[in-house]
Amino acid sequence: MEILMVLGLPLLGAALLAVFGARRFAAELNAGMSLATLIAASFLVLRVIRHGPLLAGHEQFFVDPFNVFLVALTAFVGFTTALFSRPYMRIEEHHGRLNPGRLRLYHSMYQLFMAAMLLALLTNNMGLLWVAMEAATLSTVLLVSLYRTRASLEAAWKYFILCGVGIAQALFGTILLYFAAEKALGRQGMTALLWTHLNAVKGQLEPRVLGLAFVFLLVGYGTKVGLAPLHNWLPDAHAEGPTPVSAVLSGLLLNVALYAVIRCKVLVEGSIGHILPGRMLMTFGLLSAVLGAFFIWRQRDIKRLFGYSSIEHMGIITFAFGLGGPVANFAALLHMTVHSLTKSSIFFTAGHASQTAGTQQMDGIRGLVGISPTIGWGLMLGSLSILGMPPFGVFASEFLILTTAMREHPWTTPFLLIALGVAFAGIFSRVQPMVFGESDAPPLPHSPALLPVFVHLGMVLLLGVYMPAALAEWYRAAARLIG
Amino acid sequence: MHHSELIAQLLKVIAAGLLLISFAMLASRRTQQLITLFAWQGAMLFVSTCLVAYSSGLTEMYYSAGLTLLLKVIALPWILHRLIHRLGAQWDSEQLVNVPTTMMAGLALVIFAFGLAQPITSMATTITRHTLGIALAVILLAFLMMITRRKAVTQVIGFLAMENGLFFAATSATYGMPMVIELGIALDLLVGVFILGIFFFQIREQFDSLDLSNLESLKED
Amino acid sequence: MRAISFVRQFLEVVLAIAIAPLFTGWIAQCRAWLQNRSAPSLLQPYRMLRKLFFKDVVLAQNASALFRATPYVLFGTMVLAAAIIPSLVTDLPLARVADSIALVGLFATARVFLSLAAMDIGTAFGTLGARREMMIGFLAEPALLMVLFNAFMLFGSTSLPSLVDGYRAHQSVVDPSVIFAAVAFVMVLLAENARIPIDNPSTHLELTMIHEAMLLEYSARHLALVEWASSLKLFNYACIGFALFLPWGIATHGADGGWPLLVAIAALLGKLVIAGAALALIESLSAKLRIFRAPEYLAMAFLLAVLGLLVHLLLGA
Repeated sequence: MEILMVLGLPLLGAALLAVFGARRFAAELNAGMSLATLIAASFLVLRVIRHGPLLAGHEQFFVDPFNVFLVALTAFVGFTTALFSRPYMRIEEHHGRLNPGRLRLYHSMYQLFMAAMLLALLTNNMGLLWVAMEAATLSTVLLVSLYRTRASLEAAWKYFILCGVGIAQALFGTILLYFAAEKALGRQGMTALLWTHLNAVKGQLEPRVLGLAFVFLLVGYGTKVGLAPLHNWLPDAHAEGPTPVSAVLSGLLLNVALYAVIRCKVLVEGSIGHILPGRMLMTFGLLSAVLGAFFIWRQRDIKRLFGYSSIEHMGIITFAFGLGGPVANFAALLHMTVHSLTKSSIFFTAGHASQTAGTQQMDGIRGLVGISPTIGWGLMLGSLSILGMPPFGVFASEFLILTTAMREHPWTTPFLLIALGVAFAGIFSRVQPMVFGESDAPPLPHSPALLPVFVHLGMVLLLGVYMPAALAEWYRAAARLIG
Repeated sequence: MHHSELIAQLLKVIAAGLLLISFAMLASRRTQQLITLFAWQGAMLFVSTCLVAYSSGLTEMYYSAGLTLLLKVIALPWILHRLIHRLGAQWDSEQLVNVPTTMMAGLALVIFAFGLAQPITSMATTITRHTLGIALAVILLAFLMMITRRKAVTQVIGFLAMENGLFFAATSATYGMPMVIELGIALDLLVGVFILGIFFFQIREQFDSLDLSNLESLKED
Repeated sequence: MRAISFVRQFLEVVLAIAIAPLFTGWIAQCRAWLQNRSAPSLLQPYRMLRKLFFKDVVLAQNASALFRATPYVLFGTMVLAAAIIPSLVTDLPLARVADSIALVGLFATARVFLSLAAMDIGTAFGTLGARREMMIGFLAEPALLMVLFNAFMLFGSTSLPSLVDGYRAHQSVVDPSVIFAAVAFVMVLLAENARIPIDNPSTHLELTMIHEAMLLEYSARHLALVEWASSLKLFNYACIGFALFLPWGIATHGADGGWPLLVAIAALLGKLVIAGAALALIESLSAKLRIFRAPEYLAMAFLLAVLGLLVHLLLGA
């Protein structure tokens, strides 16, 4: 029932907004539907906490602590982003970058995107997971090109083609998985791709096939995670799309794609052991972290800067999942949470900052504190948080990951430290002059909604200072599931 | 000759035909020709799926064969033809860089694909198992085509050809995916082509051409 | 070795010599139909030959003996080739002397002689034609060999007659690799016989011609022999194609008597009719390639043939 609500509400929202998306109240409707989804998701969370994992809809849907935590996160960030997008899109309309038709497309696709991500998280069927991931790509392609500028078209094209090709590899991996499942389970049609069934027999799955399948699945879904060297689409799509889209891409879609990788990893590990998949995740993760950090130095565009920061952080999370074990998994899950909260709040402030300055070029953005203290301080605090300054939650998770890496694979620590250090210097040296300094830019025509920014940052702070026991237990349960 | 052996032979011939079409795509310059080749590839898939359905006695395979016929032989080529007609791009041709080198790379990919599929092939029990290598080769060749081409329409055809290869892999390794999944994939494909169609118009509006070399400004400096 | 074999061998060669111009005429007729022209008579090639044989030879002053000998060499090699290729029967005494690699060698010999003769007079066109011909031949030969190897892999023999026998014995569905080989073979056939898309047999435009450029200095009976040899070459290629890919109807070893032979003749004529029409269709549909595209075209033929080999090996037929 809750599952139906969680999936049905955004779909309903998409349908409603396809009709009313151009009206004055569309932004409120968008936020309202997201809130309803969030409420439905909270009920689902309560139920899972109380009654444990849950199968529904002829076993087609499966909820355990691992995905329900992502469902809650997705619904929450989806709601706050909808709140943020209300004044943001009004200002964009005021600046003449959007017309009612595009606004309708934006609102409708936003809800559809949420529905696709939630379906990807909730489904028990590996094939359906693939379909939902592809649907999530398709629904965001037109959002990235919403402004119809040359650069945004290019970014959207790159996004579509690269992710399309990537996800085709994932489909091949899924086919191989199905092939192996048929061997172990016999021909059962729909049920052979159910994750729970596969998980039950993962020891009997043919190792050679699963090894090959994992390579394809990792490359395929990894493209969507933005793992280097398959990350090319990510900075462009983040920089050229509207800011709310950048926020949900970075804060949510990357997580969902990583979720798909980890689900596959659990199956594959049952068959071929954890050495090979773990090593692969660690290699890709380290490479992304280091490359992302170094590319940060070369950026001039504020959203590209933080796009590369997302690559770096997804790399760190992937690395942590590759390390495996309860502590590293715990840290990775925590990092997923704090990263998506922090990164979306940074995009909120960065969006308003570039609206204020009239450019996304960092050289043109100066003295934010002078124009609007909330935007300025929001950006500063967000940046400090993403750079892993104590007492924010990012520090806690990065600290855990570093210490685990030091204990289990000492050779990786220098790379991690270099990545963190380079990213720190790169981002801090850019953000500092943007926030402080002189400016004579006029204030924004609509007052920005910065409540989400401070709510997000407050939560990150809370996670860093004091983690509620219930939440910690929840993370631990999820970490155990991943193994 | 034994009955199922005959079907297995025929399937191999069709698989070889698919591979041949992939190479033809790699070498052909004209957009319209590519669409025709794509339709032929779809038709071959249709026949092979029917054959597999007949030999395995699975009725749902007939549905997926019908879906292939509708989508890949009729709908998509028709949409693409309409598209390039409306874009005025039907006589477009593009300069290819060194066809023999590309073909040589394709040949290497074929060997690689067979090598990769070897362990799976040896385990499959379906009568189509030998064709898995070819399916993988078709996927990789479509990939190669997307890398070497600079025109938007051509890249999309490459993308669709890659999906054809995936479909063939699914039939050849496992007698096809479950029906719901196949419907989902087909829907995604159709929506994707529609979105790309919208895209073509947006790109042409902005750049006055469908040449993707215009789309290379977003780079690291 | 039985006498009847020699009779059949003789019959086959005579038939080849007799109907080769007819095949060329048939293709010309089909092309004319496809292009909405009124077609020349089927017997036009024979009339041409007759006319040429009755004319007086005009020779350039500096023409050497090689120049005069070449038409006979050409005709001779093509007749010999026709004797090796099993177009009607597989029980050919001469075919035991030379396998199909020697056959490729025969074609190469003819090409060398023709090119030398073209350069003999020292005109610009002759040299140009010879140079282009050598380039195409040098690229087409490996492709042809690959096609032949492809077929040999199936039955483990390099002799065409035993290949046909093998086919008939197995009665199998076509092997997947054959598709690749067939496409490659048709490409080579078009290139080697100076047809569109590599050359145009009916043009004398200096920028594009290859084969015709080499014949410019020939006249009368020399020209007649060269033209006849060209028809024979096309006929031979067609028969190689039949032996490799459509061996139905050819009288195999042990099939004695008149009946199989009649069937074989009927089958050959039928196949020639269809192949001629198909060739004309291909030629009408394709555009002539610029000369520097020719290497690309032949490289593709070669690669396709290699691919056929690969598919055969990897699919484990």
